[in-house]
Amino acid sequence: MGVAILETRDLTAFYGDFQALFGITFDLNEGETVAIIGANGAGKSTFLKAIAGLLPRKPAAVRLDGRDIGALPAFEVVKLGVSLVPEGRRLFSSLSVEENLLVGAYGRRTSGPWSLTAIYKLFPMLRDRRHTPATALSGGQQQMVAIGRSLMSNPRILLCDELSLGLAPIVIRDIYAALADIKTGGTSVVLVEQDLVHAMSVADRAYCFMEGRVSLSGRPRDLSRDAIHAAYFGL
Amino acid sequence: MLGWIDTIVQGILLGGLYSLYATGLSVIFGIMRLVNLAHGDLIVLPAFLMLALAGLGVPIVLALAIVVPLMFAAGYALQSAILNRALGRNILPPLLITFGLSIIVQNGLLETFSADTRFLNVGPLQGASLPLGGGIAVGVMPLICLAAAVAVIQLLNVVFYRTGVGRAFRATSDDVEIARLMGINDRSIYALTMGIALAVCAVAGFFLGARANFDPSIGPARLLYAFEAVIIGGLGSLWGTLAGGIVVGLAQAIGAHLDPEWQILSGHVAFLIVLVMRPRGLFPRAID
Repeated sequence: MGVAILETRDLTAFYGDFQALFGITFDLNEGETVAIIGANGAGKSTFLKAIAGLLPRKPAAVRLDGRDIGALPAFEVVKLGVSLVPEGRRLFSSLSVEENLLVGAYGRRTSGPWSLTAIYKLFPMLRDRRHTPATALSGGQQQMVAIGRSLMSNPRILLCDELSLGLAPIVIRDIYAALADIKTGGTSVVLVEQDLVHAMSVADRAYCFMEGRVSLSGRPRDLSRDAIHAAYFGL
Repeated sequence: MLGWIDTIVQGILLGGLYSLYATGLSVIFGIMRLVNLAHGDLIVLPAFLMLALAGLGVPIVLALAIVVPLMFAAGYALQSAILNRALGRNILPPLLITFGLSIIVQNGLLETFSADTRFLNVGPLQGASLPLGGGIAVGVMPLICLAAAVAVIQLLNVVFYRTGVGRAFRATSDDVEIARLMGINDRSIYALTMGIALAVCAVAGFFLGARANFDPSIGPARLLYAFEAVIIGGLGSLWGTLAGGIVVGLAQAIGAHLDPEWQILSGHVAFLIVLVMRPRGLFPRAID
């Protein structure tokens, strides 16, 4: 085991009076890819949002390099190198592809491998369409822009929410191929997925969430199919 | 025939002034989805500030140059100290705050400057006119006012569409939650937005005072013209706002030409007609 760069300790999160997370304890090591799987409503997206600072949380519940970051707002968290690719892509609709990418660089505080050139090398088809309104692209291309936009801040940790949602299998394959390149650059990845097969194929470790709690965790090869099913559905 | 041409020319020039009223409102609504009910009074306020400076012997153009940054600072402070605290899912609290601000500004001006009708003395340019031939002449101040409206909108468009900060403004307008994820502090973007809007109000206040008379009570009517110009032009488009201002100005000039009593009414009628025919305005940009 390496040293944990990102930890959550007894992380809870609420939407108003509704409690969505009931004490998640989690860690991510340098260079690691961790998958978070679970059914709809298990709290996976909420977990990523709470780390990124979009939901209020206790100051000590989220730690980066041993430092409490739970009190920081989202626009400060990204400057420390934690970047979220949001569920459903959420591109800026009045901005072009390239402008979307450039907004991603707004929170850049550390030097690193990512620039417009590097993003266009990773996703060559974006270069030809860089002056197109971002929402005029196909779903797969929009997902590429969303990933590229989050990479522009040169994150140490990339949080990916449902990358494969609503995409054709061949496009999902391309996206996961790109993810492998991103990992090679040294970026640690937290991957929220409903697509078990893809998630388990790239993950070093996995956590399964059920109803706002961790129901199972471990290395993919150590987790039996039955154990995952039980943790997934609570059967 | 000549009378009609003259009416149309004067209407377009009046539209320049209305566009200046409307630009700040358009910027505020476009970026924050905030309706500023004090907007009209915040046009009258800088006009009085310039009057006061002129009374101290400051040349009027210098007074404008002082009041523009002053209003920018006031807008920045107003947004960061008060309005940012009220922003949220409910649109009512900021609406009520700006309504209260409108009353405070009106009564503050009444207390300080009395209800007397004033105007800004801009020197020999005030009454100057350019003959266009054929018996038509245009006033120099109204012409400068229209040129200023075009210049202000062009400048804002350069800021919003050609600079990194402008990109952040548009991103915040599109999706504030994602903008935060990208490292944008939406609160400071909003404070800058209000600062920009009130700086434009100062320019509008200058031309208001230079073209016509003003007193502390005329703010709400300026707000109404500004509103109509923004809606006619289409939300989110500054050139649309210019066009909207000109539509209101033209309608008022044409109405006044038919019967002087119809001036104000015909502006409102034009607004209602556009609202019925094209509810999203002439040049809509915003998707929502």
